[in-house]
Amino acid sequence: MLLTPALALFAFFVLLPICIAAYYGLFNWSGYGTLSDFVGLHNYRLVLDDPVFRESVLHNVIIAVLSLLLQLPLSISLALLLNRRLRGGSLLRMAVFAPYVLSEATTAVLWLLMLQPGGFVDQLFKAVGLGHEVKLWLATPSIVLYTLFVVVTWKYIGFGIILLLAGLQGIPVELREAAAIDGACAWQVTRRITLPLLGPTIRIWMFLSIIGSLQLFDIVWIMTIGGPANASSTMVTYMIENGFRSLEFGYGSAVAVILFIISFVFALLYQRFALRRDTAGALTGAVG
Amino acid sequence: MTAAVSGRVGQSGLGGLAGRRRIRPTVPLGYLVALVILAITLVPIAFVFLGGFRTNAQINSAPTGLPHPWVIANYKTILTTASFWQNLAASALIAVVATGLAVGLGSMAAFALSRYEFRLRETWFIVFAIGLLFPANVASLPIYLLLRHINLLDNPFGVALPEAAFSLPFTIIILRPFMRAIPGELQDAAVVDGASRLTFFVRVLLPLSRPALMTVSVLAFVTSWNAYLLPLLVFTTPSHFTLPLGVATFQSTYSQNTAAIFAYTALSMLPALTFFVLAQRRIVGGLSGLAGSVKG
Repeated sequence: MLLTPALALFAFFVLLPICIAAYYGLFNWSGYGTLSDFVGLHNYRLVLDDPVFRESVLHNVIIAVLSLLLQLPLSISLALLLNRRLRGGSLLRMAVFAPYVLSEATTAVLWLLMLQPGGFVDQLFKAVGLGHEVKLWLATPSIVLYTLFVVVTWKYIGFGIILLLAGLQGIPVELREAAAIDGACAWQVTRRITLPLLGPTIRIWMFLSIIGSLQLFDIVWIMTIGGPANASSTMVTYMIENGFRSLEFGYGSAVAVILFIISFVFALLYQRFALRRDTAGALTGAVG
Repeated sequence: MTAAVSGRVGQSGLGGLAGRRRIRPTVPLGYLVALVILAITLVPIAFVFLGGFRTNAQINSAPTGLPHPWVIANYKTILTTASFWQNLAASALIAVVATGLAVGLGSMAAFALSRYEFRLRETWFIVFAIGLLFPANVASLPIYLLLRHINLLDNPFGVALPEAAFSLPFTIIILRPFMRAIPGELQDAAVVDGASRLTFFVRVLLPLSRPALMTVSVLAFVTSWNAYLLPLLVFTTPSHFTLPLGVATFQSTYSQNTAAIFAYTALSMLPALTFFVLAQRRIVGGLSGLAGSVKG
């Protein structure tokens, strides 16, 4: 049967691990010896009671909210701008998208170099007369999360723009021309015609953006390891720090299960309520 | 869904995005903003490439200066060390295996799910579709524990197999509507000519699905190529490290040798940027297509 190999691979490496984690999460287990110290839901309680875990969840939420509040309007404005015919427009589209193809790891190292004390970013601040605003961008607890957000934005803004541009291509020019002929000004055309028709694309972008924020890891781990003093920890860095590095595999498994539930519940709710009015599709029709 | 997805996969891409009729004349403001965007995206990348041509002494005395004189020693050193090439080879091997498996098995599954009626067909499809909602990073620790069990730690397949499994959902979701849209008459004709199911699949369906196959291949390849967390957990032997892991490790190991870090980072960006220039239509088309198919 043609379906079997794919199903086997999928079941083994996607579904089985989460079942294993659900089981291991019930034990106090350092990865060596047998699973004998059954503790029931104790690990789960410890995770949920840990202030550092709650803080990490909060950091993920902050990144997700900032993305929606700042990246979305920025992406839409830039997409509208790039949708016009500019000389060198295709080059510009390519340039905007370039950071997206770099790996998170490379992006992180690139920005570590940019953000070195006295380095490029600091010099830039000095050059425009903001020298007194220079901070230790990655070592100041009150700032580090926002520094990382800027890096994340640099990397992912191009993806949003390209997605929205593709959405804009799907809007018939005639609609906007008709509105313009009827006397609508450019702002009205954008506000009343373009943006509503762009709705499905925007909702998809929001979905991908939030899922991305929830599993943020690579950039944070390489740039700060979640520090200083957990000021930039995320849910996944928490899992790796407290489950993998400290060899608390039972505890780490419980964290994995909790993260799985958080992302899954979010995804289903979003599918059900936000994507619902868009054409019934693979997930909406099936799960919702 | 069918038309939406195949349409997007087929024609999106930067080329398709260009050539748009304007509604009103462009304004100088547009060019100003464009220039700023260009600077913000490209200056950091250029900064790293240029930094690789400087010495540590140059970097220390003027962190943002241009190379003076230009030195190629950093690049030369890295290109002649084994570790860079090992990282590159490991990344390539893993990405090829993961892509081959995901697209090979995924196209077979999409074929079955798109062109045959059988019990629980939609259920199986939903099982795969749900995988799309499961972030790979969240699964990393459980996968690590599984790999420990089956002795696949510190083994390239320990990374390639899970990556292939996690690429199956979008592969199947993009391929299924594409294959479904291929007219049934073709299949009838092939059967009349005496072709078996498998012959039809290999000789007719796969060649016709080529654009969609390219798209999912590029997506699977890039996903694997950029992965960091799973390789980080799985590999302990430096010669097995993939490029992202290699870059991060190099950065933390040689933190005193900034010039070398610049060069290593620049070289590690080169394959991705080259690949992007060559395959940008597929990458962009694939991402928009994927978004389109999640939407339905």
